[in-house]
Amino acid sequence: MHFGPHLLLAALEGLVTSAVLALTALGLSLVFGVMRVVNVAHGEFFMLGAVLAWAITTAIGGDPALGFLAALVIAPLIVGAIALVAERLVLRRLNYNPEATIVATIGMLYIIQQLALTFYGPEARPVEPPFSYRILLPWFGYSGYKLSVIAASALLLLATWLVLTRTRIGLTMRATQYDSETAQAFGIPVGRVYGGVFALGAMLAAIAAVLIVPISQAHYLMGQDPLLLSFIVVIIGGLGSLRGTVVAAVLIGLSDGIISMFFSPTLAKIIATLLVAMVLVFRPQGLFGTASR
Amino acid sequence: MPLLTTKGLSRSFGGLRAVDDVNFALMPGEIRAVIGPNGAGKTTFVSLVSGRIAPSSGMIVFDGTDITGQPAYIRVRQGIAYTFQITSVFANLSAYDNVALPVQRTLSDGRSKGAVRAGVMATLERTGLADRAHMPAGQLSYGHQRLLEVAMGLALKPRLLILDEPTQGLADSEIDNFITLVREIAKNATVLLIEHNMPVVMHLADRITVFNAGKILAEGTPEAIRENAAVQEAYLGTAP
Amino acid sequence: MSEASPAKAYALHLGVIALLFVLSLLLPEYYHGLLARIMVLAVFAMGYNMLFGYVGLLSLGHAMFFAAGLYGAGLAIIQFDWSVPLAFLGGIACGAVLAMVIGLLALRTTGVAFMIVTMMFAQVFYLLILYFATWTGGDQGMVVPQPARVLSLGATSLELTNPTVRYMTALGLFSIVLLVTLAIVRSRYGRVLVAIRENEERTKMLGYDTFSNKLAAVVISGTICAASGAAYALLFGYVGSSFASVQYSILPLLWVLLGGAATTLGPLIGTLFMYYVIDVTSGYTSAYLLIVGIALILLVLFFPKGILGSIRQRWLEWLP
Repeated sequence: MHFGPHLLLAALEGLVTSAVLALTALGLSLVFGVMRVVNVAHGEFFMLGAVLAWAITTAIGGDPALGFLAALVIAPLIVGAIALVAERLVLRRLNYNPEATIVATIGMLYIIQQLALTFYGPEARPVEPPFSYRILLPWFGYSGYKLSVIAASALLLLATWLVLTRTRIGLTMRATQYDSETAQAFGIPVGRVYGGVFALGAMLAAIAAVLIVPISQAHYLMGQDPLLLSFIVVIIGGLGSLRGTVVAAVLIGLSDGIISMFFSPTLAKIIATLLVAMVLVFRPQGLFGTASR
Repeated sequence: MPLLTTKGLSRSFGGLRAVDDVNFALMPGEIRAVIGPNGAGKTTFVSLVSGRIAPSSGMIVFDGTDITGQPAYIRVRQGIAYTFQITSVFANLSAYDNVALPVQRTLSDGRSKGAVRAGVMATLERTGLADRAHMPAGQLSYGHQRLLEVAMGLALKPRLLILDEPTQGLADSEIDNFITLVREIAKNATVLLIEHNMPVVMHLADRITVFNAGKILAEGTPEAIRENAAVQEAYLGTAP
Repeated sequence: MSEASPAKAYALHLGVIALLFVLSLLLPEYYHGLLARIMVLAVFAMGYNMLFGYVGLLSLGHAMFFAAGLYGAGLAIIQFDWSVPLAFLGGIACGAVLAMVIGLLALRTTGVAFMIVTMMFAQVFYLLILYFATWTGGDQGMVVPQPARVLSLGATSLELTNPTVRYMTALGLFSIVLLVTLAIVRSRYGRVLVAIRENEERTKMLGYDTFSNKLAAVVISGTICAASGAAYALLFGYVGSSFASVQYSILPLLWVLLGGAATTLGPLIGTLFMYYVIDVTSGYTSAYLLIVGIALILLVLFFPKGILGSIRQRWLEWLP
């Protein structure tokens, strides 16, 4: 294969990573933006989505498309419900104190991960894609499913953006983000907004996981890399900024594929983590964020 | 030579010029009161002097040295002490520890515990808090917390003591004690006092500076300020 | 904190040390190894407490300081054939230098950003250990050979693999660090650290350079953690990358929260208690991280002052 097609292939693969990463990071970013809570258990919600997708498709059996569609609807709902319960039982009682909630979400991370290990086991298990159509380009064939992941994720991001900017729910969320005390005084049910945002954040991660699980596999430790990458995206994109999050996700997703062609994966992670830490130290508003707030 | 001068000192927040081109001079040994309506920029002005916030432009000179670029803690070491408007004693520490913090830093000689102890107790006696030394500061009455705040400022052995609305919320009897205390402090230090309570200002101040809308509106002896028409307008909205 | 009752405080701490000494004579051999391990890890927790408890800086990356001591001492012996005391000091020095560099960078941030930055630096450190696997043994780790773990003192030589020697060495390190910690928190410097925790802005306005004070605290904390790591390598003979992982940054936090943040004896009690809980529950479940997770959540929800913190609040106000 020549260089051009090779680059195209790398770019496509990178876009798939970006698409899933953008959804996951958006969930983390929303939770941080509105609630000022750093959710360290976010990667575990991602993992739960994938594991549940495997469980649901296995339970339904038959046509892979049917099982997959069921998983796409049911898995995020279950994960959202779990997140809602965790928010009610733990985060709310901590009064959303930033430091205490980090410690508590670390606790959630361990609990979810260990329960997954106990009930799901240490194996990596595949989920069949809903369709296996291959699109034939002049130079190579490419999985139609992967392209549909990019499209689905773009649609979901657009939908989230519309909800945030054009609806009452979005307005309520932004008001809460801007000043929760004033919002409360104006009759916005801040408690319910927080519960909803935390559940929504977890559901975005779960959807991303259901989309990716036919490409990778479900495993109880699969939440760790998405967590790290989401952190990187949210920090580079500016904490709590939606546009920044998407731009950074595309940037990281594309460069991740290209960087790991040249460096070993470990070295790539070292460089990325170090760079992001430096961004936090020297430019805490992110590379695309503005200095205020 | 003045102890403190500011030249063209300004600070804006967004579009608002909270302190606007202020030229100010303070002679050693003075008790100077700064008065003005709410939002006139008094607290911003003393925050600039103490280094809690940085100026947008202008210059601050203390005892002949340009201190504009110095961080707050260096200014404190040079002798500028600031007591907070909103009481901010260390609520979970004892009154003793609250005063020990400034005392132990100003002690250059003694490494011994005895020196700290003596210094702390002397300061607590001076402010009438000695019998409450081991109470957590947060459990002291409001008036005593204000006194503790002053005690902490005193313990820094300042050359310039900035008091930001020290009598706010105090009872009349407490205010009388307070006036006596400030007179005594002024024997060894220059005092810059932001105050709303006019009787206190008239009793204490050698000179008064009036702020309005971020600028100095008037400056003079208490008598002169009392007679000043512009000041009355700023306070009452109309000329008498 | 105040000047009152220094004698009582020192008597209590010396009593705890004496009790640990007596325990070595009473307990069966199996517990010697376990208690020695707990004492060394309690030193790690004491180092963590120095920063988290007294200065209020919550780091999620202290595994890197422990691992700096661990690998510093381990590599010095395995790769460079250093003697035991030199390797121990080398490990400590690695931790001190690392803490200085990390402190200079991470202290530019506060609160949540400080937590994330320290976690990321620790992650980089962990990945570096994996990347330089030819030197560090990667995720397999390295064993410090038994013949090298001998402390020669003139004519006599002490084998650190001997259970009694190991117990006494661990107790010695624990005692020194405990008394040093006590002295620090009772000193003027300790008073400044607590003031920074309570209200940094106010402390600045009393003329304190809070950045330098915090930096010194990070270095002290990192050095103590490195001493714990170096001792671990020498006493237990294993140097592994898992000690640098995120989990080993969370564990000292858990131990300190459990025992009581900002209490000198809390780290020991927390470490001891957590080991006990895991020991008891190991009969029912192998998923000990599950216990860690549940303990973390229950602690922040219902018991944020920890065991000694609650005791101090209710009954013993003089407890340092």
